[in-house]
Parts: sequence; C-alpha cells; structure tokens
Amino acid sequence: MLLSEFKSKELLAQYGVRVPPARLARSVEEAEAACATLDARKYVVKAQIAAGGRALAGGVRFAATPSGVADEARRLLGSSLVTEQTGPQGETVSTVSVEAALDLEMQAYVAFARDPDSGAPLLLAAAEGGVEFEERARAESNLVRTLVVERDDDAARADVADLLSGLDIDGAAAVDQVFAAQLAFVSADMTLLEINPFARVAGGGWLAVDGKVALDASALFRHPEFEALAADPGVFLRDAEAQKNNINLVTLTGDIGVVVNGAGLGLATNDMLVDAGGRPANFMDIRTTASSFDIAKGVELLLEAPEVKAILLNVHGGGMTVCDTVAEGVAFAYSRANRRPPVIARLAGQNAPWGLQILKDRKVPVEVFDTMPGAVARVVELTGGAR
Amino acid sequence: MAIIVDTSTRVLVQGMTGRAGTFYTDQAMRYAPTYVAGVRPGRGGTKHLGLPVFHSVAEAMAETGANASFVSVPAPSAAAAMIEAIEAGIATIVCITERVPQQDMGRVKQALRGTDTVLIGPNSQGILTPGQCKIGVMPTRDAMPGRVGIASRSASLTSEVLASCSRAGLGQSTTVGIGGDTLHGIGFVGCLERFREDPDTECVVLIGEIGGREEEEAADYLAAADYGKPVIALVVGRHAPPGRRMGHAGTLSVFGLETAEQKIARLREAGVVIAHDASDVVDSVTATLETA
Repeated sequence: MLLSEFKSKELLAQYGVRVPPARLARSVEEAEAACATLDARKYVVKAQIAAGGRALAGGVRFAATPSGVADEARRLLGSSLVTEQTGPQGETVSTVSVEAALDLEMQAYVAFARDPDSGAPLLLAAAEGGVEFEERARAESNLVRTLVVERDDDAARADVADLLSGLDIDGAAAVDQVFAAQLAFVSADMTLLEINPFARVAGGGWLAVDGKVALDASALFRHPEFEALAADPGVFLRDAEAQKNNINLVTLTGDIGVVVNGAGLGLATNDMLVDAGGRPANFMDIRTTASSFDIAKGVELLLEAPEVKAILLNVHGGGMTVCDTVAEGVAFAYSRANRRPPVIARLAGQNAPWGLQILKDRKVPVEVFDTMPGAVARVVELTGGAR
Repeated sequence: MAIIVDTSTRVLVQGMTGRAGTFYTDQAMRYAPTYVAGVRPGRGGTKHLGLPVFHSVAEAMAETGANASFVSVPAPSAAAAMIEAIEAGIATIVCITERVPQQDMGRVKQALRGTDTVLIGPNSQGILTPGQCKIGVMPTRDAMPGRVGIASRSASLTSEVLASCSRAGLGQSTTVGIGGDTLHGIGFVGCLERFREDPDTECVVLIGEIGGREEEEAADYLAAADYGKPVIALVVGRHAPPGRRMGHAGTLSVFGLETAEQKIARLREAGVVIAHDASDVVDSVTATLETA
C-alpha cells in the first residue's frame, strides 16, 4: 500500500520526522490560497500520485509567486503522469501539494526496509540524494551503506552516528531524525520508508523534503486507519477494484486478456505469450483466497475493456485453488457480459475435467487445449499477434 | 532418503481444529500416516480427526514424539504459533499462512537465530516427499517418487512443473515451496545444501522469478561450491514491465532491479542449465541428465 507523498510525510511527521510546511489542494483556487498560509519565499507544487519517477515526468514544479503556483497547479491538475511505475495509461493527478521551497545545503538519502536475512529494520543511507540518485544507486551498489537498527538505545545511536558521519551527515539532529524515521517504520508497520532527499536546510537542521511510505497491507488487521490513508489517488482504478476481490491485476497495453491462478504461473504465461508474439492486456494472479464470485469480478473487468479481443484461461488446479472454482467464475462473468470474446482454455491439475465441463455446459465460447504452448499459440493466432 | 521430511517425520498441526486446518490435515493424513497430534490452546485432552489434541507444542512433542509442525493458523497469530514451535525446539516448521505481517516475521526470524529449526514459509505451499510425507497443501495426484529435487518460490507454477516431470517419468525426491514472501525461512541455498547431501537426489530444479535475492544467492553459492549435481533453473517474469509489482515479493529500488535477465545471467555463469519457459523444464532436465 504505497502512500502519496503528502500522506507519507504527514504520517512521518506524527513520529517526529521534520517535513517542510505543505498544504494539499484539489483545485487551482485552493493551491493559490494555500500560499497565504505558508511561511515561504518561494513554492513548489507537487503532483500527488502513488508512484515513483514523478519528478522526471514533470510532476514537481517550482513557482516564485502565488499566481505562479496557480499556473503550475492548472498545468498539473487533471493531467496524466506517465512514469516507469504507473504503466502506460499513466495516473491522473487529482491533488497537488503546495510546499515551501527551501534552500537545500546538502541532499542525502535515508531509507528503511526489512533486512531479508534477519528480518530486522535495515537503515540505508547515502551521502547524496535527489531525483537522479536512485538510478545511479542501482548501478553502483557501493553508494548506499546499510545498518540493521533494531532498537533505539545509546549503542544503536552511536552506530548510526558513525555511519552518518562517514557520509558527511553530521550532528545529533540528523541522528534524531533517523531514529524518528525508525520509530515510524516499526510503529506504523511500514514495509518501505524512503526519504529522498533527506536534506540539510539553510539555517540548520535536517528534514524529509520528499518521502515515500509503503504500508504493510498484511498488517491491516491491527491498523484500521490504513484503509483511509491508502484511499488516495493510487493504483489504477481497475487494478484496485480487482484487488478488493482477491485478484492481483496489473493492466498492460495488449489485446489478450489473461486469467491465471498464482503469481508464478501468471509470470510464466506472460513470458510465453510475449515470446510467441502475443500482447497481454494484463497480468493476473488469482489469489488462493478468491471465491468464484471474486474471479467473476476479475474476468468482468477484462470483458469491459474493449481492447481485449480474446481471453487466455490458464489454470493449474492445486491444493487451494481448484479448476472448477475458476471455471465457475469465468462462466458467471460470461453469463452477465455484453461482449463475449473467445476463451482459449488450458486447465490442468485438480478438477480440470469438471472445470472444462462447467465452461461447456454454461455455453462459454471456449476452445480447449491440453498444453500451455498450444493454448498460447492459438490465442496469438486469434489476435493476429504472431510475427 | 529425501530432504527435511520422510517416513520418520512425526507431524503435529497448529491450528488443526480450524476449518482450513481440518481440511488440509485430513488431506495430508490420507496421503501419508505421519500425523500424530494437534495443538489448540484450551482444547487439550480432546481428539480431532482421530488425533490427540494438546494445549501446547511442547506438550504435544513430549507426549507423541512429534518433530515437525504444520502451521495453519490465521495471519494475526501465525507468528506466535511459529515462535512457540521454535521455542519448543521442533526440527521443522511449515507455515502455509498468507499475509503474515513483515514485522511479525522479523520476530520469527529473531527467534530462529541460533536454533536448528528449519522454517519453510510462510505463504508456502509446503513440502512433499512423494510416498513418504506431505506437510502443507501441495497437490499430490501428479507427484511421484524419484530423483529430481525441486525448490520453488511459486505454488501454481510448481504444480505445473511437477505434473510435467511426472508425466515424463521424472519422479521427485522432495519438492519444497519456499514461499512467496519477502521474509521467509529456508531459501534456495538451504534447499541446495540439503539436496547435495541427499544420495537419492540426482539433480535439482529451481523455480524462481523476478524480485528478491534468492536466485542471486543460489548463483553465488553454486559458483563457490563444487556442487557435483546438475542444477536446472526456470526464472519467470522475463517480460514483466520494470518498476511495476508483478509476482510475489517487491523490493527497494536502490537494491537493484533483480530482473529475470540478470538472475538468468548470474545462474548461467554459475553453471546452471536454464529452462527457457515452463514447457521447457522437462526437456532441460532430461537433456542434462543424459549428458551428466
């Protein structure tokens, strides 16, 4: 559950992380009016989308005056930002944050994630930060230092101070900020907390100029407030709708609707389709907790998309998701649908014959194949994608 | 022989009296009679599915000689169940529970430090030694005993590969679903180490995917070790668009991209045979065994 920047920083501030003064605006008028309430000499207007790569896509704009802020807000609100994380349809900007633009003396990088080995909170820090830093850090792995920070005591503080001073991030204030971030990370069940840049401002002190928080959706049961926090311009609406129905859906740009159980089989199907020259319209992973009603909802979302010319149904029934459950869902969706694109089906494993019988009995326009390559070749042929 | 579980395994089930626990225990018991007890605080002294139920893992171990636990407990209390089993000194834990919070797994991993307990999962399909012992929810109808060891991050794809192996006459020594979560117990390296020591395992199949570090760690291990057995790997997600979360565990951008191509290149450098796609695993295994 990735939060927008504004919500991320608002949450961090509750745990003592310093953030620049900011106001959320949904309209040009609100954006301009926000300036009067900010103690600032210049401003920055930031599109609030829950995806990275925003600045490179033009979603962060500076303005010297309130009327300049209005101009930038007009440009951003309602526009669609396409970043490497949004997918090709981009994400529509419905809110902007108006912030005081500060003079930054030094930009660094601070993040927390869970250490895959020990499971403990892991501090990541670098002497540089900013928009292009993440790209560089991927290429040069030695730029980022890491340290497990399990608790907040004198020894841990000394270790963090050592690590920071090695990066020219000096002073007790910076250490305090890192521990405020660690407290937020642990207390709010975050899976990711990224402060980039973690900046020293003119006049002293370190603060989180930009922040990105991902909450652990699995911890929702003890954080009822998560739902409201994440109800944000976030994931693409259709994908979010599927998510509610125990289906992980990622919309892509092709014309073959893909219905698969399990993430691994979904990725494997996607690979085979693209290798064969096909164009998947989506990635789908039916979670093991999905009922046939959930699956019907997921299939309906594909049927509603006019670009979907055919459905590839690839199921390997296992201990938790059996073929007839998936077939029921598909049949149910088709019984209510206005559009009935052909279904190319490959069902194997638990209850496969039963699943196929359901599809035939319920008059789903289905063609059946025994193997994945056979079904993939046929659906590619149908959609004219083979090269 | 096999790895981790065999006919000498004695399984207790934490959460056996629940709906899912009852269903999956019943299925696993029908497959192999290695189940000896259930644990449910407050229900000690009763019976369920014909097995004695105990208040605690320690009590069940003392009374029945159980040495493995099948954890089928809802996510909010799954970590506490795993920690109880670790503290009781059990040899093997298999946790199938999905959506265990990362913070809770941090505590489980802390409890595991310095112990000999092997944790499989959470969010795991479990482990299956065909004809000997099944813990978890792995489908058994397509499994058959043999000499291929399988370790996998994905459940549905494992069922696919396992079925195609059996159809081609390639039976399995043991299949391990290491689970799809970022924080989990045994990984590819742990499985590889055990398959290496197992005389009944002739070759190993790894089923990996984008994200995480499992494939890279396996590559490092195999590059450094004189492994002595052929290893075949399938890594899916070659055509997943970068930056978007598809598949199981996501990671931090600065850790690197962990694309399928990078993982495949690392594994190939370490001497691993790469299966091009899911339908190519059997041919890769057969060809590798013929030349070995």
